[in-house]
Amino acid sequence: MAEKKVIHFKIKRQNGPTGAPYWEEFKMDYAPNHNVVSALMYLREHPVNVDGKKIEPVVWDSNCMEEVCGACSMIINDVPRQACAALIDDLEQPIVLEPLTKFPLIRDLMVDRQKMFDALLKIKAWVPMDGSWDIHRHAPLIAAGEQSVRYLFSRCMTCGCCMEACPQFHQDSAFIGPAPLGQVKMHNSHPTGKYANEDRLHAIMGDGGLTDCGNAQNCVKVCPKDIPLTDAIAQLGRQTTMQWLRDMFVK
Amino acid sequence: MAAKPKIIVVGGGLGGLWAAMRIAEKGIPVDIFSLFPVKRSHSCCAQGGINAVLDVKGENDSIWQHIVDTIKGGDYLSDQPPIRNLCEEAPAVIRTFDRMGVTFSRTPEGIMDQRLFGGVKNRRTAFAGGTTGQQLLYAADEQVRAHEAAGKVTKHENWDFLSLVLDDQGVCRGITAMDMGNMQIHAFRADAVIVATGGLALIYGRSTMSSNSTGAPAARVYQQGAKFANAEFIQFHPTGMPGHDKNRLMSEACRGEGGRIWVPKKAGDVRDPLDIPEEERFYFLEEWYPAYGNTVPRDVASRAICRAVRHMGLGIGGKDLVYLDLTHQPREFLETRLGGILEMYRTFFGEDPCETPMKIFPSTHYSMGGIWVDFEKDEQTGGMARVSPKNHATSIPGLYACGECDFAYHGANRLGANSLLSASFSGMVAGDAAVARVKGMGKSGKELPESTLENERKRQEDGNKSIMSSDGRENPFALHRELGDLMREHVFVERDNAGIDKALNGIGELKQRARKVSLDDRASWANQSLSWARQVQDMIMLAEVIAKSARMRDECRGSHYKAEFELKLPEGKFEGDPEYDEYKAKWKANNEKWLKHTIVTHTDDGPRIEYKPVDISVLPPEKPRDYR
Repeated sequence: MAEKKVIHFKIKRQNGPTGAPYWEEFKMDYAPNHNVVSALMYLREHPVNVDGKKIEPVVWDSNCMEEVCGACSMIINDVPRQACAALIDDLEQPIVLEPLTKFPLIRDLMVDRQKMFDALLKIKAWVPMDGSWDIHRHAPLIAAGEQSVRYLFSRCMTCGCCMEACPQFHQDSAFIGPAPLGQVKMHNSHPTGKYANEDRLHAIMGDGGLTDCGNAQNCVKVCPKDIPLTDAIAQLGRQTTMQWLRDMFVK
Repeated sequence: MAAKPKIIVVGGGLGGLWAAMRIAEKGIPVDIFSLFPVKRSHSCCAQGGINAVLDVKGENDSIWQHIVDTIKGGDYLSDQPPIRNLCEEAPAVIRTFDRMGVTFSRTPEGIMDQRLFGGVKNRRTAFAGGTTGQQLLYAADEQVRAHEAAGKVTKHENWDFLSLVLDDQGVCRGITAMDMGNMQIHAFRADAVIVATGGLALIYGRSTMSSNSTGAPAARVYQQGAKFANAEFIQFHPTGMPGHDKNRLMSEACRGEGGRIWVPKKAGDVRDPLDIPEEERFYFLEEWYPAYGNTVPRDVASRAICRAVRHMGLGIGGKDLVYLDLTHQPREFLETRLGGILEMYRTFFGEDPCETPMKIFPSTHYSMGGIWVDFEKDEQTGGMARVSPKNHATSIPGLYACGECDFAYHGANRLGANSLLSASFSGMVAGDAAVARVKGMGKSGKELPESTLENERKRQEDGNKSIMSSDGRENPFALHRELGDLMREHVFVERDNAGIDKALNGIGELKQRARKVSLDDRASWANQSLSWARQVQDMIMLAEVIAKSARMRDECRGSHYKAEFELKLPEGKFEGDPEYDEYKAKWKANNEKWLKHTIVTHTDDGPRIEYKPVDISVLPPEKPRDYR
């Protein structure tokens, strides 16, 4: 008799920020069209490990399940990616799931990516506005070509995959990481957003800023949205140099 | 009012963020509570666009036409004065989004492009690639972050909203919420609370919505006295791609570009679709609706698919599935016209729609109904008076609602690309209204005693304890699946009273069983099972509201369809023909009886249903809808 087709998981678990990590394996009946999130949902309803022991359901993060919200990042067979878009049929088994390692662990596969939101605060990732009331005018016109470049960056969902892949970004480093740098580039290219370029550039010019990038180019390789992060970093290199010169000579 | 007034916004999608922005601009501190980082809210899933009359295509589009389309699209079941403001202010909303830096798609001249959407004759929909909702959400998130940097906004992310704190007069004076880290419950004071907690489609199990769109927060304020309205009106999207986790949306555009919907003629045919010869396929839309074929409107398509699958038993492999077939079209044509859309199918199903027919089924998509909200009428303009504490006020004083969780604007059915508009606009209005309320209160209000907050906190903590210590047998995740199955079986695209009665019985049983849960997770840290068990209990309460509202409404209107009560437009007959006039008279009589809001009040014996007239002062229904 042919062996029953299964989905086999090996999941790195940890009960809380201070607990010790441990591995737990699970097997569930195969069905077509499963992805990692849908399989985890099944295991949550049937929390039994490979030894037949009832266990606490695995904790993880997900929301939209269509790769636009950025919640379900985890390391799947050594690659940081969105679990909802990781199809079981495409993955080698046993499928190894691990939490992102560059962020504080909350529990099991769930981590705290607050650091990324803090970075957006630090770099002033917004177009400065007087207020949300109508001033009966649009923003200045933007060429279609310029818009499409900005659009590449505006799809960044703060998922943290690029941060995980970056050798310079980790829990003990000050480096701000690739994703926020992409947002600096994007806001600096907006016709009124650029009024605050100086603030944003200064925010990435000191310790932990742009120069901490080691040019490993891992970020672009893992970005689920193919955002050209290294292009942004190169451009910001020129912008910060110009800013440095202005700071020196234009006082 | 306390010396320093404060407003709480629950939910940080488009509605909540707009509300927070407006409040912060007025200098009032605002606290946002969200179950997850606000940037991950469900608004990001909206793909198509946002409606506003900018008339950039030389089509003489008009705001009046947007008003008419919205009212008629909703089959007249929405209070019309606020719709007037919604459409009038839509261009202003777009201009503001533009100033925020939204990457709206552009024409070669660099102006904002607009495209055509369903139910409308002019190009009125602004869009940002295929991720408009994500772009609008991020822009609002950025502006709120600017206010956060200025110390005007405080975010409480990863907090589960549990209940309102009501004073002895029944006025909302704060909330309780649970920290999803240490699972501790805290009470927070506020002078006004806005709920912007989104849709409820997860009551149907799998839907097109995010896993957090459970409707539980709306159910919680409902159980504390907020009236719920028009809950029976749920939009079903005909072409969902059913998955184990959710139903992803397959765009209407597939049918527009020649997609054909079919099932094998033989029930239970398990052959590969490409091996089934043409004569053994049943192209039911083409056969039943020869004039429109595969491009019939959404509701017609959804009902036809249900008929083929559920009445005729022709679903693929006996399942709730039909084919949406593009394989007869040349690959190049498909890649040019539908590239991104087909890519999504490849990403999530691992199959190429150019080679293999897609499998689809109607899916729960949007809730037109929701928490009942008021408005202040401006007798001079016939619209809503824009600065009034009454706007978007719920039936609980001090509590406001905006976004998909409220019942306003969309009546019995929603037009495509009107939801991003209503989410943004209603957030703005609710924010302004909450500010007006807080400012109007002066210092007259008496301080809320600490004991009131503590009592509510304690009540919620007891709720947790009873779930954590419960030694029942019910798995909350399984209960949710059963609830979804029940709702999709009996309170779906097509409804009949016998079926809804079965749903109500089933819901009654689920209610009992949900009290006897057994959690596999007893940890006091990041316990998602505990939060889910509470949410499931609340979803069951709201399912009862939906089912009961649907049971009582014996007519067809918008998304609510009961074949038994359908008034059929006489084919080929028009104004002046006796058959048509007879039909029109019946239609008028039906409006007399049913053109009313369903208003639901929570009681210990279940939902109590009443009806309330609709304000139809802007465009009274004179003629039946006729898309011929």
